[in-house]
Amino acid sequence: MLSEFFQFTFSGVTLGAIYALVALGFTLIYNASHVINFAQGEFLMIGGMGTVVLLEAGAPLPLAMLGALLLAGVAGVVLYKLAIAPAKKANVVTLIIITIGASIFLRGLAQFFWGKQYHALPRFSATESISVGGATLLTQSLWVLGIAVVLVVALALFFNRSRLGKAILATSMNKDAARLAGIKTQTILTLAFGISALLGAVAGVIVAPITFTAYDVGIMLGLKGFVAAAIGGLGSSTGAIVGGLLLGLSEAYTAGYISSDYKDAVPFVIILAILFFLPNGLFGSRAVERV
Amino acid sequence: MKTPFLRSPYAGLLLLALVLALMPFLVRNDFHYDLLTKICLTATVAVGLNLLVGYAGQVSLGHAAFYAGGAYASAILTSQYQITPLPAMLIAAAGVGVIAWLVGRPILHLKGHYLSMATLGLGVIAAIVLNNEDQLTGGPDGIGLPPLSLLGHELSVFGEYPFAGLTLTGVELWYLLAAAVLLLAVLLALNIIDSPLGRALRALHGSEIAAQVAGVDTARFKLRVFVISAVYASVAGSLYGHYSGFITPGIASFEHSIELITIVVLGGMASTFGVIIGAVILVLIPQFLTDFQELEMVVFGAILMAVMIFLPRGLLPTLLSRFQRGAR
Repeated sequence: MLSEFFQFTFSGVTLGAIYALVALGFTLIYNASHVINFAQGEFLMIGGMGTVVLLEAGAPLPLAMLGALLLAGVAGVVLYKLAIAPAKKANVVTLIIITIGASIFLRGLAQFFWGKQYHALPRFSATESISVGGATLLTQSLWVLGIAVVLVVALALFFNRSRLGKAILATSMNKDAARLAGIKTQTILTLAFGISALLGAVAGVIVAPITFTAYDVGIMLGLKGFVAAAIGGLGSSTGAIVGGLLLGLSEAYTAGYISSDYKDAVPFVIILAILFFLPNGLFGSRAVERV
Repeated sequence: MKTPFLRSPYAGLLLLALVLALMPFLVRNDFHYDLLTKICLTATVAVGLNLLVGYAGQVSLGHAAFYAGGAYASAILTSQYQITPLPAMLIAAAGVGVIAWLVGRPILHLKGHYLSMATLGLGVIAAIVLNNEDQLTGGPDGIGLPPLSLLGHELSVFGEYPFAGLTLTGVELWYLLAAAVLLLAVLLALNIIDSPLGRALRALHGSEIAAQVAGVDTARFKLRVFVISAVYASVAGSLYGHYSGFITPGIASFEHSIELITIVVLGGMASTFGVIIGAVILVLIPQFLTDFQELEMVVFGAILMAVMIFLPRGLLPTLLSRFQRGAR
């Protein structure tokens, strides 16, 4: 019984860490530009699929991963420069549709150049799993958790300590004031998209040895990451991390104890429940808007 | 202030009726009729969704769920409960309306992207339920529907119907029916836009707070238009189900919801006739891309982005304002 519970918890926390990284990507872009970037899931796909393709081309695993991350980062910057920045005066609906168009476009490119097959990446360690309390813990799960923790700490340091990080925070708080203070907000926004794409791609690479990767994995992963961000209040980093973990755990427990058919529905049931009962998310502050 | 007839939306309705009536003289085969019928039904959903997106300023990312709700409710009621198609369609529409009301009521009091999130959630859940409850819905394999019928008279795409000396095929009759439904949908939408509800919606789209200060119960109006748009989708879904005779959970997918919202934004938010053009384009795109099937997604995504960046108000409103500026 207890070993079962451990088992579900392990897979829940692993999934949750992935959702948290995707949610952080959503949060970062939302804070910097108020755009809900529905192409976020495609960065995971580029991370996973890019690594697969580079591996097949003969690159060693670390180099392949690095190349895929770079590709995703470039895709993020290009997305901002070519699609979001030119539509400056567009309203929110239009911006959302642009990111949806971008996600279809990127998925289409991946399908055209990389094919429709499902691929598995090799795990990062030689040992496949270790036994903890009667449950098997995949070594790849440890990689996922370790990398996620390192990334979160690095992001926190970046935003609180570095001038660049503080400039991003300032831009997200008040764009005009930030510009008056001499911050180049265009560069900052580009950077936010790049970092967000990198975050997504890392998540896509580290999860690919556990799940599979293909040209269309970005849809579900992206939507669930969005739900995780929304649970956290859409804009709160702590909220995004907690939302991600909550989502991963409830999904794993549902799959284990109730029905694996309905595990994909869990995040969306949670978001409906939260909207009904806690409309500002678990961590959102009550918004007061000036007229 | 009275607008001259030619500039009123009702002139557009007349033009639309004329175009729809002339179509049978241009088409050559059943395949063309099939496309036209699909365009009319899709445009009906879009006209309803446009009331929500274009006038109430709310985005639904799950409208395919309402469409599929109508289609599946019709399928289940007719095939498993032996209810005839028309009452089944009405029950389906009422059911979908109630669901939309239940989901919208707590959420439309809030400002922001919450309706998008809720409808996104609803849509994904609906798709998963339709895929998994195979005893009721047939699962991923789909479910069949009987042909539409009224008082025992069936309207099958394979039938032939003698009428006033002419013999109409089932395909032709279906086109006429779908065209009539579209005209009715547009007439209803124009009336709603022109009613106190429509004026209130435009006010709240301009500035919600100003509308509230002026005494408009914005939440109630948004809820009403959300339910109306869901019912539009449900009826179109039921009709599509009877027309095609077979439906799969794909019609409830997130991708389909995106397609519907794309039609509205592409054609022109708050432009009833614009979204009809949007529906024409979206139904026809796959036909023109059959030679480049591999690249269909790339082209579709690129068109979507390009239109949104360069014509953010949508095709028809942008073209109309260019035309008017040119005429001056």
